[in-house]
Amino acid sequence: MVEKLAELKVDYAGVKFRNPTVLVSGVLGTDAATLKMVAKRGAGAVTMKSIGPEERAGHNNPTIVATEHFMHNAVGLPTPGYKNLGDKWEALKGRDFPLIASVFARSVEEHAVVAEEVASHKPDLIEINLSCPNVKGLGHAFGTDPEVAGKIVEGVKKVSGKVPVIAKLTPNTHRLVEVGKACEEAGADGLVAINTLGGMMINIDARRPVLHNKFGGVSGPAIKPVAVKSIYQLYANCKIPILGMGGIINGEDAIELMMAGASAVGIGTAVHYRGIEVFELVIKEMNDWMDKNNVKKVSELVGAAHE
Amino acid sequence: MSDIPKMVEIKRIQKETKNIRTFFLDTAINSAPGQFLMAWLPGIDEKPFGVSFKAPELGITVEQKGKFTEELFFLKEGDKIGIRGPYGNGFDTEGVKTACLVAGGVGVAPINALAIELKQKGVEVKIILGARSQDHLSLSESLLQCGELYITTDDGSMGEKGFTTNKLRALLKDEKFDKIYTCGPEVMMIEVMKIADSNGIEMEASLERYMRCGTGVCGACSINGIMVCKDGPVFNSGQLKKLTELGKWARSKSGKKVTLDDYCRGKC
Repeated sequence: MVEKLAELKVDYAGVKFRNPTVLVSGVLGTDAATLKMVAKRGAGAVTMKSIGPEERAGHNNPTIVATEHFMHNAVGLPTPGYKNLGDKWEALKGRDFPLIASVFARSVEEHAVVAEEVASHKPDLIEINLSCPNVKGLGHAFGTDPEVAGKIVEGVKKVSGKVPVIAKLTPNTHRLVEVGKACEEAGADGLVAINTLGGMMINIDARRPVLHNKFGGVSGPAIKPVAVKSIYQLYANCKIPILGMGGIINGEDAIELMMAGASAVGIGTAVHYRGIEVFELVIKEMNDWMDKNNVKKVSELVGAAHE
Repeated sequence: MSDIPKMVEIKRIQKETKNIRTFFLDTAINSAPGQFLMAWLPGIDEKPFGVSFKAPELGITVEQKGKFTEELFFLKEGDKIGIRGPYGNGFDTEGVKTACLVAGGVGVAPINALAIELKQKGVEVKIILGARSQDHLSLSESLLQCGELYITTDDGSMGEKGFTTNKLRALLKDEKFDKIYTCGPEVMMIEVMKIADSNGIEMEASLERYMRCGTGVCGACSINGIMVCKDGPVFNSGQLKKLTELGKWARSKSGKKVTLDDYCRGKC
């Protein structure tokens, strides 16, 4: 099915995806077998679970809960650490799909240390997680300060060789566009937006926060308007391409984010609602809409909502 | 279905052994045998437990092993815990007229729910229940009401001294079953699979891996790219044979690939 849809091919930050759908970081990306499975089931590219400086277990459960409107998570960046991923890289050699390696660290300098090692395994893209809202001292603080974000991108660019570098931005700031521009000026090859929105849930019968971490990130249908606005503003102010994400459940959601300015679209929470089949389904739904509306190339839709 | 824990009252606590208790909960969650719940202790953690009794009261049978179960064992009747679910696929009992159930240790929990359902359906059931010792052996009274029960312990403190798999081999000398179901230590289940295979009998096993979401999103419980929480926890022998990590590898909470031995030791 997927092979017939040549008009869905996109180019993002110099990497060719056979269709615009991308498995986002933190969803199904723990092992190589799952990443291969997701690619086989239709995703145009897949993202590995964020790789950090040292082994971290993440938070206790509940780490992920959901309603029909949104998912709420604070997994806490579990990672074997960049030195403990040999088996995963080995199993991903010779792959026939684009691979995005997500990285996070605790300081400007440490980002470069992690990214340099990661780049040596030749992923197709390196995504800097400038924005995880769920761990104290990791990510979030970097993603809300344009100057720091720029320094991190600059440091990673110095060690990434030929691997393009993209920056994942947080919507939990009034400085989103400034941060995006700072990343662009520092040499980022692309932007990723948006990460989850900070939130909290309380179980009123238990009189306690639902997530073990108390606070977590909100994703899913409820945040789509925030994603659309963020992508729209970034597209209007930056030249580098955007991998758009936030609330995509079906093909029409994906097209909406592309019209806001996304060159490719991330799918994560939708796996909860529609299973791993979601990639095939979204691709088919995009294709159906394009057929109906006589759109020949999906790339024509990028930024179509801008005057 | 909302995948958020709901607080429910512990109606009754049944002491099975020194280390094992069954918690009956004041809720009506309709689950199939083999499905599991996520049980939450606010501020502590949330863990998956196979349903051991579906009706008239919903029960989970728990062995005290770590911090979470230690806290759970402090709770009394009338206290509340959070639960969400049921999750996973459950055992397939379609067309089965005769069945052999092989349970090891606290793996007996989902096997008990299955035994009750099979008995209700009129299936002829034989059950082999094994554990390290009497202290690790539970639900034998309930199982006795569902079919013929054979007990084995590694140390001979109850029933026959030896392994469940020896008993299964002995039974199969004279008998034939439509299906064999198993839950317990992975080494035991692999052996059960081999025995079932060599006798040309269909089988299903219920697996366990570290879980977070319960809905197949986070990827923590992957075994060869298959999500134990959603695609499983029950797999048939055809599926099990494709799992090259079975009996060898698991993933720790951090996602690091570790030997199954290390994984089990870290948890126990």
